Amino acid sequence: MSQVREYVERRELLTNLVLRELRSRYKRSTLGWTWSLLNPLSSVLIYWAVFGVFLEVDPPVGDPSGQDNFVLFLLCALIPWNFFSNGVMQSIESLVVNAGLIRKVYFPRELLVASTVGGLLVTFLIELGVVIVILLAAGNMVLPWIPVILVLVALQTLMVVGIGLLLSAANVYFRDVRHFITLIMPVLFYSTPIVYPITTVPETWRIAGRSIPLRDIYGYNPLVRLVTAYRDAMYSLRMPAWDTLLYIAVWAIGLLLIGQWVFNRLDHRLAEEV
Amino acid sequence: MSAAITIDHVTKKYRLYHERNQSVKAAIMRGRRARYEEFLALDDVSFEIREGIAYGLIGENGSGKSTMLKCIARILRTDAGSITTRGKLSALLELGAGFHPELSGRENVYLNGAILGLSRREIDQRFDAIVDFSGIEQFIDAPVKNYSSGMYVRLGFAVAINVDPEILLIDEVLAVGDQEFQNKCTDKIASMRREGRTIVVVSHALPSVRALCDEVALLEHGRLIRTGPAEEVIDHYLTEILSIDPAELGIPRRATGEIHLDGVEIIGADGRPLPEPTIGDAVTLRFHFTARERVVEPVFGMSFTSSDGVLVTGSNTMASGIRMVVEPGPGHLDLEIPRLLVAPGRYHITGTVYDREHTTPIHEVGDLHAFHVAEGTLRTAGITSLGGTWRADA
Repeated sequence: MSQVREYVERRELLTNLVLRELRSRYKRSTLGWTWSLLNPLSSVLIYWAVFGVFLEVDPPVGDPSGQDNFVLFLLCALIPWNFFSNGVMQSIESLVVNAGLIRKVYFPRELLVASTVGGLLVTFLIELGVVIVILLAAGNMVLPWIPVILVLVALQTLMVVGIGLLLSAANVYFRDVRHFITLIMPVLFYSTPIVYPITTVPETWRIAGRSIPLRDIYGYNPLVRLVTAYRDAMYSLRMPAWDTLLYIAVWAIGLLLIGQWVFNRLDHRLAEEV
Repeated sequence: MSAAITIDHVTKKYRLYHERNQSVKAAIMRGRRARYEEFLALDDVSFEIREGIAYGLIGENGSGKSTMLKCIARILRTDAGSITTRGKLSALLELGAGFHPELSGRENVYLNGAILGLSRREIDQRFDAIVDFSGIEQFIDAPVKNYSSGMYVRLGFAVAINVDPEILLIDEVLAVGDQEFQNKCTDKIASMRREGRTIVVVSHALPSVRALCDEVALLEHGRLIRTGPAEEVIDHYLTEILSIDPAELGIPRRATGEIHLDGVEIIGADGRPLPEPTIGDAVTLRFHFTARERVVEPVFGMSFTSSDGVLVTGSNTMASGIRMVVEPGPGHLDLEIPRLLVAPGRYHITGTVYDREHTTPIHEVGDLHAFHVAEGTLRTAGITSLGGTWRADA
């Protein structure tokens, strides 16, 4: 509880740190903020070419939207994924990068993680805005679903902050953490239905005469649920299943609590170790 | 008066790693994290800092004074014990910590102010005062990476001082910027002190600690040696440090020892001992020594240091053209002072004997004698008097 109060008390600082992130991100680059749209655009083009054109991945038809465009199918999952991936990778570094500050001034260090994620959240919301415009142009009436999308964004943010807290503090003590997560990220990416529909994952998998319910196991990954929920709301225009929303919420809050708990434990000697 | 800061049995350990290797592999290979030794930076330290006073933390390098300040500032957490502070706290540990080089001075003022705990509205109110104090109006919208180090520090100080803290922690940051800015900082701190704010200073500069602080805590190797009125503790510090280890004050220790300085006797005009002379008195400083063997033309020297460490004067027999031969046994040497024109206060006498070339020390005593100069009819400010007399019949 004291953490919550501390966050509230220092929300001005959080805002300022987020502004610092945003203002400094594209300083001295000519294209500036355009970069934050060019980066996802380039990855969309790559995945569309490889998976949509070469491998001819067939996107499922949105029900009830009737949408079957691969690029739209991809966008609805890739943009949230980017927020997850960038958020985790950048918050891992957030303490080490701000070592000078940690050694010289006291303030709740959680804010460095929160502000890193906050800065990316702003970018994410802008990208989502662009995706929504594209969806509207393609005839997907996504506007009524915006509240659902915002709930998903909020849960995902909690999740990313939780993971960020956990890993950033660990990274101060073991610098391997960042390298390890860099290794894990592509694994997570391909074990989440972003560039392919979930239906391509076999229901069961026969190995050594036993059948393993692969699709069910696959579904335990909260990112699978999260991406599915985004797609339901944006691509198919239907309400995500309640148990899916609940599942995501439990993970988000659980990760946040665990992250904060670990952070508090490791916070003790942060100024000496960083 | 109540305590602004209560330090209660505080212990702080640092880890000294033998092999700094922050990798999981190393940890697994060794079965645990990098091996380290614990180092007690603060060892069960307790004291109180009363509200509204200026408090100094002194001690040698590695005594734990900066660690203590960082613990008070909550940058470091204590391993045992607790520190309670009452009131808004601002620490000047590094000016401009947290400035982002690519952002403008203006943006950094807001950012730094927020880090130090100010709300946006509070910074809005103080913005002009901050910029005014820093004296860099024309560059306020330029990125701080283009600032000179002086400008950087000025802006950092201006923000930190305008946080309006009830407790201000300062770690030797004042030795920055040009003289004018330093004076400005000193004035500002003095005025905060008059306003009844609590100020905690860590410094090596004993004169400034003495001038600023009411009370002082002396730390050595992480332990609290003593606390008390500034003059008393600083005096004790000088004496102890000088007698334990003269090298600390830059005096070398490879004395050859043929002559041993025993002490100083102060003798008045009437030829009788005068342990506490008055300003303006005629006195003789009699240096007693014992020679182990015959020494040809040794050079005797002395210097006066005020209790805050300021060198007042120094002279030696070589410069005065005295050539003497010291025979084995006890002896003495006089320094006649027609008028003792130093301000009232406490002084330390350093005594030295060198060989005839004045290169190799024979014996050196950092604190050969300490005495007090009493206030007399001759009044003076500063450290000395010129012995002049005011006249109004011109």
